[in-house]
Amino acid sequence: MIWQLDLFLLILVVICAVATITVKDLLSATIIFSAYSFLMCLLWAEMGAVDVAFTEATVGAGVSTIFFIAAIFRTTRRSKD
Amino acid sequence: MRISVQEARDRIPHHDIILETTVRLMVPFIQLYGLYVIVHGHYSPGGGFQGGVILGASVILFALAFGLPASQEYLSEGTNILMANAGALIFTGIAVLCALLGGMFLDYSALVKILPIDPISWRSHGIFLVEVGVGMGVMMIMISIYWDMASAGHLDEGLHMASASQTDKVL
Amino acid sequence: MKSLALLATLVTGALLLYGTADFAAWGDPQSPPNRNISVHYVEQAVKETHVPNIVTAVLGDYRGYDTMFELVVIYSAGMAVMGILRRREDQ
Repeated sequence: MIWQLDLFLLILVVICAVATITVKDLLSATIIFSAYSFLMCLLWAEMGAVDVAFTEATVGAGVSTIFFIAAIFRTTRRSKD
Repeated sequence: MRISVQEARDRIPHHDIILETTVRLMVPFIQLYGLYVIVHGHYSPGGGFQGGVILGASVILFALAFGLPASQEYLSEGTNILMANAGALIFTGIAVLCALLGGMFLDYSALVKILPIDPISWRSHGIFLVEVGVGMGVMMIMISIYWDMASAGHLDEGLHMASASQTDKVL
Repeated sequence: MKSLALLATLVTGALLLYGTADFAAWGDPQSPPNRNISVHYVEQAVKETHVPNIVTAVLGDYRGYDTMFELVVIYSAGMAVMGILRRREDQ
């Protein structure tokens, strides 16, 4: 565990998390959420939990993003608030 | 693939040669990697769940690029439901089979009565059988959820139709 | 209302951060979670299951019940989506 890398990744995770809930365009929010999942995957891998990182990369960054995009295409792209 | 390239191209409104060629090249390798992740779960990170999601994602990628009907030529709806149920049934079936053969629920060493090898080896092989069931179930469920969400349950055109009708609303 | 929500979030976050101060150090072999059953898994998993990857051994064998219901959860989610959304044209 390298604390500099850890700090860098955690700061990026916080930035991505805040950006996901503030961005008005839902498609952008989905893509930023995918980036968030991938950064979490890097964090898991860096802490040695490779199986969890694998699951996060496939489910979090891969399939759930596609499901979100499918839902957005079927509803509206702009958030109302 | 049972469907020709021309047929798939006719079905979708906006086809893109770069996208289609890339997806056609990538899908077999993604599927091979998914199978590798499932069967190599004993020795490296991975296992049934992750491999199943990768296999499902390969078919979803195919559906995204070529349209939903093309992916249903590749994997029919009946096969999808059948294999989703079979995957869940393999896991629970093996668990119950262990109990019926005199061991405990999910105690794979009880399967030694079916094929007499080392009970410790049966625990390893039991894990493998169960992982195959998990992979099959997860793959088919992921594909089925994507089909339903992309076509709003009609299983017709998928996102291509949705994007065509939504363009003026979005922009 | 928004400032109230921000205040609630900050207070909850501060409490959670305060809670993590009592966590054991990362990877500490003497911490309570690592002293109970983990020792048995690390020492005996390969001998008892012939699976070199301990994570797979734990997920598939020792905690097989957990993995089984994980699959059941995914299966129920798929069947629920199918039951709510899917409709055929002839119905």
